[in-house]
Amino acid sequence: MSIIENHKTVGTPLSEGAKLSARDVCVYYGEKQAIYNVSLDIRKNEVIALIGPSGCGKSTFLRCLNRMNDTIDICNVTGEILLDGDDIYHPRVDVVPLRATVGMVFQKPNPFPKSIYDNIAYGPRIHGLASSRVDLDEIVEKSLQRAGLWNEVKDRLHAPGTGLSGGQQQRLCIARTIAVDPEVILMDEPCSALDPIATAKIEELIDELRENYTIAIVTHSMQQAARVSQRTAYFHLGQLIEVNATDKVFTTPEHQLTEAYITGRFG
Amino acid sequence: MEMNFNQHISGQFNADLEAIRNHMMSMGGLVERQVNNAIQAICNGDTQLADDVIRREDDVDKAEVTIDNECTQILVRRQPAASDLRMVLAVSRVVRDLERIGDEASKIAIHTLEVTDTKNPQFCQQAIRYMGEEVVKMISGALDAFARHDVDGAVEVVRTDKLVDKQYASALRELITYMMEDPRSIGQAINILWILRAVERIGDHARNISEQVIYLVSGADVRHSSLTEIEETAHKDD
Repeated sequence: MSIIENHKTVGTPLSEGAKLSARDVCVYYGEKQAIYNVSLDIRKNEVIALIGPSGCGKSTFLRCLNRMNDTIDICNVTGEILLDGDDIYHPRVDVVPLRATVGMVFQKPNPFPKSIYDNIAYGPRIHGLASSRVDLDEIVEKSLQRAGLWNEVKDRLHAPGTGLSGGQQQRLCIARTIAVDPEVILMDEPCSALDPIATAKIEELIDELRENYTIAIVTHSMQQAARVSQRTAYFHLGQLIEVNATDKVFTTPEHQLTEAYITGRFG
Repeated sequence: MEMNFNQHISGQFNADLEAIRNHMMSMGGLVERQVNNAIQAICNGDTQLADDVIRREDDVDKAEVTIDNECTQILVRRQPAASDLRMVLAVSRVVRDLERIGDEASKIAIHTLEVTDTKNPQFCQQAIRYMGEEVVKMISGALDAFARHDVDGAVEVVRTDKLVDKQYASALRELITYMMEDPRSIGQAINILWILRAVERIGDHARNISEQVIYLVSGADVRHSSLTEIEETAHKDD
């Protein structure tokens, strides 16, 4: 298989009033091109799922959205990514506040080797979001509540975060992301290290978070994409093949590559 | 781009989908024979054939349950999506219509035993024969269309159903005149009415099967749509 010449994404990749807009984004790792001319709008308060076989570029694309790829020396991004209309790759943009506004949750829960409280409080402290201890307590409680973890940890806030179960750790990481008041949350296979019950709790949480945040989630589980997202984007060999409403993608996909992937004919 | 999209990575999944399709087709063959035999029985006054149809209804019922269970298993084990999902849903819906067609065939056979025993005149024989032949063709047409993913063939079946409905209406008018002429014929006429009704219902079920062909191929749900709407949906991509 090779990339499709002059491919135009089918479906509805673009939309009015997008929170995040990618235009003609190409990503290179040294000589090798990983993403080809991806244009995609992510709407406010929607969950968009990015799916595709391994190596299709979905995680690479996700990492462009808060400049995580900057940390890789040989990685080069071209094209435009706009957050509320402002180019996030503009030389004057400071990536630290950017990554607070566009937060990220990773595949493996990665709490700091600190207490549960300090895991949450760390971000607000360095970003100067709390002026007093009371403020900070409030942020910690609110973040843990939004992440659905408060009731489970309120009596042991000063126990180490690493002592929690995998699912709790992941919700702790989500709470940590929420604590710095983001607008967009990027999730890179947030449930792949979790058991089904913990996965269900995270999925429930994603649905609740949608009210306040815009969420892009990379997942290998097509059932998960179908459960949590409103729109689904299918990537294939670095190209964005199709973007459509999730129920459409999983019942009547437009592109035959999407069809072949979600029905398990390759991947 | 050269790729083989016919095969799943899982060979067993291929085999399972192939199996429900094949089982549905052979159930369809059985049901088609049942209807054909029921029509022959009433038209030729063949009570033995009618008995045979009644006896075999059980096979139709069992086939429905078996195939539906196979569909459930695929849903549980494979969580099919897109065309696979539509295939499983369509098969599950089609076997229900096939089972109902089986019921109607058996009704025709039961009434055949009643009307053939009497010395009363056999009303509407021509209408029954004509409508019977049409609905048998409709069943095989709908199943062929399913097998070949042929939307045009499916639309043709829907069109034929309209004709059968008209035939039914005119046969009813004919029956009413007989009943008005001779009230003693009412008992016999009512039996014939049940038979006509059963044949007409078979046409409706064949139409339902055709609608599932359109769903299978295009994803459009055309149940409860008019013929014009169905034709428009069928030719959307032309």
